[in-house]
Amino acid sequence: MYRYDEFDQELVSERVEQFGRQVTRRLNGELNEDQFKPLRLMNGLYLQLHAYMLRINVPYGCLSSRQLRALAHIARVYDKGFGHFTTRQNLQFNWIKLEDVPDALAALAEVEMHCIQSSGNCIRNITSDQYAGRASDEIEDPRVFCEIIRQWYTLHPEFAYLPRKFKIAVTGSPNDRAAVAVHDIGLRMHVNSAGEPGFEVIVGGGQGRTPHIGKTIRDWLPVEQLLSYLEAILRVYNLYGRRDNIYKARIKILVNHLGINEFRRQVHEEWEFIKDGSLNIPHEEINRINAYFAPPAYEKLDDLGPELDGLGETNDEFQAWMRSNVAEHKVAGYAIVNLSLKGPDRPPGDLTADQMDAVADLADHYSFGELRVNHRQNLVFVDVKQSELKELWGKLKSLGLATPNIGHVTDMICCPGLDYCALANARSIPIAEKITERFEGLKRLHAIGDLTINISGCVNACGHHHVGNIGILGVDKKGKEYYQFTLGGSSDQNASLGDRTGPGFSADEAAGAVETIVNTYLDVRQNGEPFLDAYRRVGMAPFKEALYGAD
Amino acid sequence: MALIKNGLLVRDTFENAAGLDELPDRGAVLVSLDQWREHRDQLLRRRERLGLLLLSDQHPKEISADVHYFDLIALDFPGFRDGRAYSYARLLRERFKFTGELRAVGDVLLEQLHYMHRVGFNSFDLDSEQPLAEWKTAAGEFSVWYQPTADGRATATELRHWRNERLRASAM
Repeated sequence: MYRYDEFDQELVSERVEQFGRQVTRRLNGELNEDQFKPLRLMNGLYLQLHAYMLRINVPYGCLSSRQLRALAHIARVYDKGFGHFTTRQNLQFNWIKLEDVPDALAALAEVEMHCIQSSGNCIRNITSDQYAGRASDEIEDPRVFCEIIRQWYTLHPEFAYLPRKFKIAVTGSPNDRAAVAVHDIGLRMHVNSAGEPGFEVIVGGGQGRTPHIGKTIRDWLPVEQLLSYLEAILRVYNLYGRRDNIYKARIKILVNHLGINEFRRQVHEEWEFIKDGSLNIPHEEINRINAYFAPPAYEKLDDLGPELDGLGETNDEFQAWMRSNVAEHKVAGYAIVNLSLKGPDRPPGDLTADQMDAVADLADHYSFGELRVNHRQNLVFVDVKQSELKELWGKLKSLGLATPNIGHVTDMICCPGLDYCALANARSIPIAEKITERFEGLKRLHAIGDLTINISGCVNACGHHHVGNIGILGVDKKGKEYYQFTLGGSSDQNASLGDRTGPGFSADEAAGAVETIVNTYLDVRQNGEPFLDAYRRVGMAPFKEALYGAD
Repeated sequence: MALIKNGLLVRDTFENAAGLDELPDRGAVLVSLDQWREHRDQLLRRRERLGLLLLSDQHPKEISADVHYFDLIALDFPGFRDGRAYSYARLLRERFKFTGELRAVGDVLLEQLHYMHRVGFNSFDLDSEQPLAEWKTAAGEFSVWYQPTADGRATATELRHWRNERLRASAM
């Protein structure tokens, strides 16, 4: 993975010192909360319901075991012994004290981590495919370009005060695991007719209270011109994005207001001036970054073939885990292993400090000391020997990280909700718990198959409810929590927004409504089609009838 | 208010005429875009130093052909969150080749000076009791930059390139 050189390290150290000075000024009263707010927000520090929350960037979801141990240390010393992985592949600590933040940042800087631009109206942490560099369906490793983009936007002086936050996601594979169509900018690698890799550029996607699937502004962009093109888009947005209304300030509103053709014309007019200038990425730089992502020292192994199936193990749970949590690797003899953070005993995405340390040890032993965070709030070991899968499974199981549910009903995306968040209207974690209880049985879970449930505790949609196959949105109705349902959402290469089922359900009814929807699906299912295919085929009617009765 | 220009605390020698009905007879003046359009000939006949104030919804492309007439262009930040003038500054410096004084006025925070300097501002109208100390703190906060911008500072990519060239040369 990428390692800081002296320049990267210097910048982060200087940022730590700068923020330390700002915290001192706040604590001794030179700055009031109003003046301090924009400063702390540029550094990922939010004031939540009960305490400060610190959001730490995990660039494009890549972590080393050393970094994870540092996060465990911070969780133990400065927080309540756990952290929360988010849909931005980041980590949040929910109980941090202001006076401890400079020390926590210094501990992070020692392992090449920081919180720069993890909040505020600026370009946020870039996200990508959790299988990057390992997936057999990939054209090129997107992490190289993620890192080039990360450096470009870090402390970019022109774009620190955008109309609103700005999120970029990159995939190197035609099978989109990074939800690029619901980002402000999504980059999807394609090969052109001459066989050269470049990027399709998608703009104006997003969730929140006005969800949009992004539109393609350019079919194919040479990789060398990536930064100048991004700069042209950001400049048009910075100049013409709305600043009078926070709810209409994202780029999706501008793109829809102008129409994609006019927006494209404005971007290209701007781009003409800068496209052959100093932002062109030299090949020397692409090669330099590429070297950091060289494959690890794989052994020459053969795929285990049919015997991989169950590995001679008759244990149902192990076989289920092999089916749902283990994915194909492009190198023979290796596999990708997903660690589920959606067990019955935890809020989705949470990991304790002790588990972090244990996972770091396992990463060292089984996966070259690296791991990934995915946008569904799970962890991934990307380089596990097939012959060691069973042993690793046993160890993950004893840590409570081998729940065989990846991609299934209980692998829910869930925002922190009203249990933590100052913006939320309703709780999300207890809804996830109740759904988990209902679908605990292994056989049933796997009989239902691929089905994503995404839960948000308010319209800001941090839990991605618009693009869940089943989306659940918590709202406040006269002081009571209600949950609205959407069906048919998806964030993959055929992204779609979910359709509202009708009136919402109370907190007590929500899990039952999920069960009704799942049972209806099982009734209409043909030839083992997944939920999304069935919904797209039969539409809303049978689900509506099951939920609300016939008219 | 205090004016920091090119790292020094200086006296503002421009009279702000942007809100005045009548232009002063003599001396350097700062005028609004409307005044420039309406009194262009008169302003040029004065043979005095001339400054233009642009508000955050006034794109400098409106005066791109005129920039050489101005000794000073002041860009207004109506609130510190309004970041349009960062783009305007780069366009003025990099595209319209404005070489005079580029001044940040309005809601200008200490923490923003560094970014402003990077996009091409060289003077800052500060509401501060210790403007020089503040400027020195802000200007010295960072020494590494990734982006090529109007200030011409070497980027990390360029520094890496030179370092590697040096290493190569010394190895020969």
